[in-house]
Amino acid sequence: MRKLPESVTAWLLAAPMAIVLALFLVAPIVMIVAVSFWGATEWSIYPAFQFDNYAFLLTSEVTWRVFFNTIKYAFITWVFTLGIGFTVAYFLAFHVRSQTWQIALFLLCTIPFWTSNIIRMISWIPFLGRNGLANAALISAGVIDAPLEWLLFSDFSVILAFVHLYTLFMVVPIFNTMMRIDKSLIEAAVDAGAKGRQVLRYVIIPLTKPGIMIGTIFVVALVMGDFITVRFMSGSQSANVGRMIQNDIALLAYPSAAATAVVLLATVLMIIGALLRFVDIRKEL
Amino acid sequence: MEPRSRSFYVLSAFFALFLIFLYGPTFTIAVLSFQGPGGGLTFPMRGVSLHWFRDLFEQQAVGDIWGAFRRSLVLGLTVMTTTVIVSVMGGLAFRKRFAGSTALFYLTITSLVIPSILVSLGVGLIWSQSGLPVHWSTSGFGAQLTWTLPFGLLIMFAVFNRFDASFEEAARDLGATPWQVVRHVVLPIIAPSLIGIALFGFTLSYDEFARTLLTSGSYNTLPLEIFGMTTNVTSPVLFALGTLTTVFSLFIVAVFLLIAWAMNKRRSRRGSDAGKGDL
Repeated sequence: MRKLPESVTAWLLAAPMAIVLALFLVAPIVMIVAVSFWGATEWSIYPAFQFDNYAFLLTSEVTWRVFFNTIKYAFITWVFTLGIGFTVAYFLAFHVRSQTWQIALFLLCTIPFWTSNIIRMISWIPFLGRNGLANAALISAGVIDAPLEWLLFSDFSVILAFVHLYTLFMVVPIFNTMMRIDKSLIEAAVDAGAKGRQVLRYVIIPLTKPGIMIGTIFVVALVMGDFITVRFMSGSQSANVGRMIQNDIALLAYPSAAATAVVLLATVLMIIGALLRFVDIRKEL
Repeated sequence: MEPRSRSFYVLSAFFALFLIFLYGPTFTIAVLSFQGPGGGLTFPMRGVSLHWFRDLFEQQAVGDIWGAFRRSLVLGLTVMTTTVIVSVMGGLAFRKRFAGSTALFYLTITSLVIPSILVSLGVGLIWSQSGLPVHWSTSGFGAQLTWTLPFGLLIMFAVFNRFDASFEEAARDLGATPWQVVRHVVLPIIAPSLIGIALFGFTLSYDEFARTLLTSGSYNTLPLEIFGMTTNVTSPVLFALGTLTTVFSLFIVAVFLLIAWAMNKRRSRRGSDAGKGDL
């Protein structure tokens, strides 16, 4: 049997991945871009090449407000997930000394990732509801007299749920990068007279940046593309771009949904593209 | 060992709070799913019973959740198998140079970061415009792969970044063909990581909501069914279902971890023949 040239083997091995992505990623994107120029009547959509959908979308004040809201959610969630995720990863990587404990505690942090997001959202109801645990605790502690109404079905609960669902995506890459930091660098800094905080500031944080970037990419992409968390946790009272698309879909206004989707995709890809300039994902894994 | 610093205790407390934040709500609904028959969605508990778990077995109370569970299970296993095979092939491909590898890599990243609803909408549109019926086993299956494959490929990158290529060289020097190298050297070494990819493949599919929303057709998968319930079911039966499916997920995770652990153990026992003399 003659040996196949290297590049042919590589091509054959990569083919299934390429075919799946071509059929279920590239083709759908092409379809969405095409449909975004189509026209719609109340009950059907028809092929066309018109800019009506975009014109309507980009001149509507609602669009801008909803996009702003989406970016606001992403930014606030990013701040909290980064703060919490970094602290947790730092504790695991540098303060837990036995490797067995490190692995056990790390697994404990990641297990919820493998359970259903929808169930995890539902599970906030008995906690945040009007008669929920949080209100009961605050009232019995005398902090408030009447139950707080904004705990559930508000921006607060939306962001709480985002942080709850996605902090994991910060912990894992940051922990991974921290574990690869050569411990002798830290010893060198300490020997040179650096205090704990200075070690953190001048050694650990700079070396952890790739992990932070990967975590940021995950969190930003997940929050900006979300529609279900916002719908469920805000009780349909807040909007983000994903919900706008979903509303159009529910009204069978596919061309309008497609135009919004194209603008959202462009926004997300621009942000992620900018972030990717700071990190070589393949090397950091 | 040097004594623990004050920051250790502060960070330990922070970590403990984080775990409470992570697990507290799930634990709360687990407790509330044992509500008595007259109980509601919040505390106090009005008695303790299995009433709501029994309701799960009654069609009129919850609809077709067992059918949805079966579909999710079959879909999860199919997606899992496909993800493992395609990711391993992809991982092996990316170790070689080939034209278009950069494009394929960025496509994979795009697949990971693209808002899920776009995949759902796009696949749904293609199917409806070409007159095909959307079904969880065709359009739903493909849409879910766009979510599981990137994770699989990234895990393969992580695996091969740590892979010692001298094992392969040794095998080649002993006359192994490329296929034999993969079959007898590479695959056994990366096997525990494949368990990881399988776990990702199964659970990401089993819990997937957004990408299945417009691509599963008239038969719902379990997450879709649960979401439907949130809008019209306001009794603790929702919590009972949540508890049961979470327990199922935890069971799956435990099984996979045990397999990985057993594989590692078996390998460390058999991996070296040092001290056993000529074999």
